[in-house]
Amino acid sequence: MQKMMTLISNVLRGSVSRNAASVVVSSRSYADFTPEATFDIKKVDLHRLEEGPPLTSTLTREDGLKYYRTMQTIRRMELKADQLYKQKIIRGFCHLYDGQEACAVGIEGGITLSDHLITAYRAHGYTLTRGGTVREIMAELTGRREGIAKGKGGSMHMYTKNFYGGNGIVGAQVPLGAGVALACKYLGTDQLCVSLYGDGAANQGQIFETYNMASLWKLPIIFICENNQYGMGTSVERASASTEYYKRGDFIPGLRVDGMDVLCVREATKFAADHCRSGKGPILMELQTYRYHGHSMSDPGVSYRTREEIQEVRSKSDPISMLKDRMLSNNMASVEELKEIDIEVRKEIEDAAQFATTDPEPPLDDLCSHIYANEKSFEVRGATPWTKLTSHS
Amino acid sequence: ECRLGGSAKRSYSITSCASVFQVNVRDALNQAMDEELERDERVFLLGEEVAQYDGAYKVSRGLWKKYGDKRIIDTPITEMGFAGIAVGAAFAGLRPICEFMTWNFSMQAIDQVINSAAKTYYMSAGFQTVPIVFRGPNGSSAGVAAQHSQCFAAWYGHCPGLKVVSPWNSEDARGLLKAAIRDDNPVVFLENEMMYGVPFELSEEMMHKDFVIPIGKAKVERQGTHITLVSHSRCVGFCLDAAAVLAKEGVECEVVNLRTIRPLDVDTIEASVMKTGNLVTVEGGWPQYGVGAEICARIMEGPAFNYLDAPAVRVTGVDIPMPYAKILEDHSVPQIKDIIFSVKKVLNM
Repeated sequence: MQKMMTLISNVLRGSVSRNAASVVVSSRSYADFTPEATFDIKKVDLHRLEEGPPLTSTLTREDGLKYYRTMQTIRRMELKADQLYKQKIIRGFCHLYDGQEACAVGIEGGITLSDHLITAYRAHGYTLTRGGTVREIMAELTGRREGIAKGKGGSMHMYTKNFYGGNGIVGAQVPLGAGVALACKYLGTDQLCVSLYGDGAANQGQIFETYNMASLWKLPIIFICENNQYGMGTSVERASASTEYYKRGDFIPGLRVDGMDVLCVREATKFAADHCRSGKGPILMELQTYRYHGHSMSDPGVSYRTREEIQEVRSKSDPISMLKDRMLSNNMASVEELKEIDIEVRKEIEDAAQFATTDPEPPLDDLCSHIYANEKSFEVRGATPWTKLTSHS
Repeated sequence: ECRLGGSAKRSYSITSCASVFQVNVRDALNQAMDEELERDERVFLLGEEVAQYDGAYKVSRGLWKKYGDKRIIDTPITEMGFAGIAVGAAFAGLRPICEFMTWNFSMQAIDQVINSAAKTYYMSAGFQTVPIVFRGPNGSSAGVAAQHSQCFAAWYGHCPGLKVVSPWNSEDARGLLKAAIRDDNPVVFLENEMMYGVPFELSEEMMHKDFVIPIGKAKVERQGTHITLVSHSRCVGFCLDAAAVLAKEGVECEVVNLRTIRPLDVDTIEASVMKTGNLVTVEGGWPQYGVGAEICARIMEGPAFNYLDAPAVRVTGVDIPMPYAKILEDHSVPQIKDIIFSVKKVLNM
């Protein structure tokens, strides 16, 4: 256990020098805040790459505030989901993302909304960064008619434009993502697809099948392994003969990135996106990250790891704190301003939760709908031969 | 004498001369794919040996030469991976045809067919369509033994969100494959290897590039009055052969070709049973939880039950893994004599 803690701490601990920055003071804006600053970021481990992403990242005040707000929104939304689950207002599976916010937000910072993304079931954060609203995400979790999937999908099956879920079967999303990438190439766009999977999924055979085809056909896909150290209750050491997930793509170039640092993630994603868009084919990123919650709401998350370990990561590597410290110590924002954002976020979450608990459940008429697309209505057999229901497209 | 030349530009009209074309099932499938590839740029074919080998069973002969690497894609032997890729491509707006060399190999990829393709439109409440066709030979062949002979009609027919189609002849193959490719939903297209080389007559109308057969409609291949035979795929031919023999003894069988497994055209079956009063289903697959079982249950639950003069009965493949030796294999599948025997039993002859 102690060894594991040291391992994880070493991996995730933010270095003191990280918050220091070379401040760009060109012209003073009216706001009195530093408009942008350049930060040293952790060097990335490379596999089959001569060069990696830059060792510094320039953050504008505007982006900093945006990332802060989005990460805080994800954090608060997940904590609210925890609450609602314990009140039995959310049921079934609920896999929370708190701790991993820098991944979703950093990735989005390195691509655009016209790029594509697919992930597995720990998907609430991505649904948000890909254009979903807190309101429709929470209403989906509570199974209401205004949910992003009208209550038909639930936690694991949320979709938005260029976001293909939310997928429940471990690993299945990876070849799906390669298919999306194939479509990008086929249609002659310069879009790419980010295809995410966890350390647990990383051993799936279909992922290796996908590495092979993506490389053969030079598909514009960024494979991203979100390594949060545990596949459900199984630590990486117990699941994988090789825990160097960024090398598992073998012939695919790889990067291992500090997934707790939103700037690291962003720079690495930009680097990976450039690689894809230049026609070089796939690239693989391992993001070293951590989840504060257990695997899902039915897992307290402390039978296979210690509370000390969780606490250590929270205090030393929290992605939101890291960004906040950077911005404050470089005069990019004020304490009050960030507090104001916190208050706004809290309110947004409260309103969304209120909505999600009061919005009515889907109408029974909807039960059999959405079986087939673009089809005239047809009869569906109910639970008995006399129960004739109707399916609408 | 009329010839159907340059039909692409000619608009369809009823001509006074009866042009017929001898087209085998393989060529019907080939032409259907060719025409749909030409019609819609988003259509493409992927699978093992579909391109440079011209298809393991030559169904895609000539397509790679005509359309090239972009649209006819040879895959490695990785069904789960390439089926997933095909579904993902469908998510992103393409219209893939994913070939399984035989449907037996689809078991490696069945999660992608069911969980990624079939269920997605529902889970996304109509947001995400999956316009994909999975196709390949299904069911028994000749001497290929147990692992290569399974019929998957019942397995896939079980799942809401899928359309499952099982053509018998060239007309079916052509019209249903075009319909499947044009359909915005995931379609499981179950061909039969033994039918590939069998020629059938196609009319000029059937050769038209927009000839489609609606998915979900059965066809009465032969009118009859004494008993209804319901079947799909190759067994339809056996039913017609049995009907010819029985006709000599004064028994007129009505033969219904399902064409589609899901959605099942219960109305056509019911109308037929209400007319004849007797029902025998015929399929190549195993009896337990099979296509025939479903048809019998539906007849029991509907208005046609009251018209039955005898219990409905199923003729099926024998409930065993397929053996290799010819004599054993012959006795593992429904034969014409089994159909005749069952008809006579039901009619108490």
